[in-house]
Amino acid sequence: MSNAPAGDIATQPAAATHSHRFVVMLRRLPWGRIGMPLVLIAMAVFFGTINPNFWSVTNLTNVSRQISVLALISIGQTFAILSAGIDLSVGSLLALVSVACAQGMLEFGLVGGIVVGVLAGCLAGLVNGILIAKARIPAFIATLGMLVAARGLALTLSGGLPIAGLPHEFLFIGAGYLGPFPVPSVIAAVAFVVAYVLLSRTRFGRYVYAMGSNEEAAVLSGINVVKYKIMVYVVSGLFAGIAGVVLTSRVISGQPTLGEVQELYSIAAVVIGGGKITGGVGGIGRTLMGVLVLGMLSNGLNLIQVSSYVQNIVVGAIIIIAVYIDLARERRR
Amino acid sequence: MTATQLQPFLEMRGIVKRFPGVLALNGVDLTVYAGEVHVLLGENGAGKSTLIKILSGVFPPDSGTILFQGRPVTIRNPHDAQLLGVSTIYQELNLVPDMTVAENIFLGREPMLLRRFGLVDHKLLVRQARELLASLNLQIDPQAVVKRLGIAQQQMVEIAKALSLNSRLIVMDEPTAVLTAHEIDQLFSAIAELKQRGVAIVYISHRLDEVKTLGDRATVLRDGTWVDTVRVADTSIDQLIRMMVGRDLMEKFPKIQVALGDEVLRVEQLSRKGVLHDISFHLRRGEILGIAGLVGAGRTEMARAIFGADPFDAGQVLMHGQPVDIKSPAHAIHKGIALVPEDRKRHGILAHLSIKHNITLSALGAFSRGGFINRQQEHTHAQDYAASMRIAAPDIERWVHYLSGGNQQKVVIAKWLSSQADIFLFDEPTRGIDVAAKVEVYQLMNELLKRGSAIIMISSELPEILGMSDRILVMRGGRICGEFLRAEATEENILDRALRGAPDNQSAMETNVTNGDMT
Repeated sequence: MSNAPAGDIATQPAAATHSHRFVVMLRRLPWGRIGMPLVLIAMAVFFGTINPNFWSVTNLTNVSRQISVLALISIGQTFAILSAGIDLSVGSLLALVSVACAQGMLEFGLVGGIVVGVLAGCLAGLVNGILIAKARIPAFIATLGMLVAARGLALTLSGGLPIAGLPHEFLFIGAGYLGPFPVPSVIAAVAFVVAYVLLSRTRFGRYVYAMGSNEEAAVLSGINVVKYKIMVYVVSGLFAGIAGVVLTSRVISGQPTLGEVQELYSIAAVVIGGGKITGGVGGIGRTLMGVLVLGMLSNGLNLIQVSSYVQNIVVGAIIIIAVYIDLARERRR
Repeated sequence: MTATQLQPFLEMRGIVKRFPGVLALNGVDLTVYAGEVHVLLGENGAGKSTLIKILSGVFPPDSGTILFQGRPVTIRNPHDAQLLGVSTIYQELNLVPDMTVAENIFLGREPMLLRRFGLVDHKLLVRQARELLASLNLQIDPQAVVKRLGIAQQQMVEIAKALSLNSRLIVMDEPTAVLTAHEIDQLFSAIAELKQRGVAIVYISHRLDEVKTLGDRATVLRDGTWVDTVRVADTSIDQLIRMMVGRDLMEKFPKIQVALGDEVLRVEQLSRKGVLHDISFHLRRGEILGIAGLVGAGRTEMARAIFGADPFDAGQVLMHGQPVDIKSPAHAIHKGIALVPEDRKRHGILAHLSIKHNITLSALGAFSRGGFINRQQEHTHAQDYAASMRIAAPDIERWVHYLSGGNQQKVVIAKWLSSQADIFLFDEPTRGIDVAAKVEVYQLMNELLKRGSAIIMISSELPEILGMSDRILVMRGGRICGEFLRAEATEENILDRALRGAPDNQSAMETNVTNGDMT
């Protein structure tokens, strides 16, 4: 390595050999893979040192439950962003799904309500997908329209009021446990596994990356871009549907005001994890990292008694720093 | 050349540049005098682009010195390069498509009416631009919107812009790759004018014939090392090639003759309003049908229509004697047609997918069950193709983005080989790739023919058309205006048809000539 990066090494060659090797070794580490886990560990150590309660089983269980809804919509968002699109409607869909789920449950019973809720999410996603893939409306605009409209629909259907009187057993989904694990956390974990398999092992997943990397080339490679784009938004709607049902159970009522600005946090989770906002680069593991960072951050800052106002400042800064680091790394290559 | 007695305008000495895993430049020297055209030669991946990017401040060298008129300088960014009088004209032009010529030339340096309020003096802007263009003998309207100009004219605008920046060294990266013969003449006379003014030019090209006509001296790079700097007049093309590849190329066009088989494709009266008119031809197994013509003659449009990428209004396509109605590229691929597109970056590669995923993209169905990909099979397949195509990369998990142009093209071709197609539409298959890689592409075509495939090869390089085709169609203004068998085709008769159309209606088509790009 004659072209050492630092000039000062030349002036003290003997002493520097060791540290130089160390620097070179550091540089060769696969930072893309280990960077985020290291950040998570550092955060956990930091919060745990200031407030040992952070490490308590109760608290960690809480964190996993708290992040489950964000986790679910971020999974859907990952598909949208990977395909070079975006889904701004997922926050509002939580409200629409919640209202649909509650009304459906009063009408058709427990299972009926869950089905109606999830279907409402899928249907809204289908509309998004058709607008984007067939009518070729930019994803940002189509889902922005859906964001506003779905919220309006939720308010219209519910008359703006919460829908109460849901069966007691429904609480299991939001507040129950499977062994030591909260049910929402289990749902989110299963969803991560399913999404991971979809993205990395199936043709659909491969085509999502292909569309996001170069849509024109994907078309010329024989990919039915219209079909798979619609599928992307149905998938995003599906996960919003599941998230909406979980959230409805946690508040044990249909709420037309749920989920405001959650779409922005789901986008934040994707990009913090290292997903490229212009598509083609990212993955479900990275999104998981992003969700964990956001979840741990808000929990840890609460535990060390940072006000929620200040928390927002920190989260905003983290989003920007994370993307900046990614860009800087890319430029160096 | 008497310039050698003078002090060089630019000296780059012992330039080293390392990227992760690659030593891109290993002690390269480049000396350029004022008023000379200095050609930079080398295969793709030889380090030409890296050297140019160091010179224009895109990234710094790891070591080495750069002297301007004998004075050592540090070029930290493109702005530094600009201050030193270096302008670079890349293949992908750096103009703002929706602004006018004048606005582009003076972008960021607009003459101001009231500086305090940021008001641009539009009249003065246009007048200065007009004077500048006139001084270069360019017939370009300063108020034309850039995106409405042809590529050649856009290039001239870049050159004008470089001059307005008082550039004394202009780097041109394959400027003729996208130009027609006539446009190339324009460019060459502009270059002659620049030489007159004492501007130094560093010129990158893969077309060795134009290196001979244009170049004063040439520096040859190979695998990141400096091979030699020679006077072009004293060096033959064969010698240059030998320096570039480090060995003698056996044959430039390794054409083989395969017994022609059945007709696999027939196109009848294919028409698309304003673009294609009554296109009819047939293609047989074992045949390379070359399509010659100028840029904008409708060749790419024809290929895209057959491939289902663009619609057509009338006519039909028959495969193996049966009419087919191809509605989409997916459908075409299913029928066994492949299209290697002209614009590799836009239409060919998926830059942020791995080599492996690019190669298997069109053939995933073959490795999948119920939508799930058999990753072991996929990997083996991609590995085989990458090896047989001799794609130079450390491993097939690498992003295609990081490959050289020739290797990217091989990846695109490998993708189509994987798709089990038997009719191949090659659109400018060797554009922007080096001599050795070209021969590999030709040999690949031969392999395809032996397998019983049929090939349509669109190319703007006449030697390639003549060297590889069994039969040649010439297109002009969206029509087929000539057909030649291999034995009867010459550069002259093809060019004549491409420029003037078929003998019987040459005057009728005169009006159609510049109308290649419909919007």
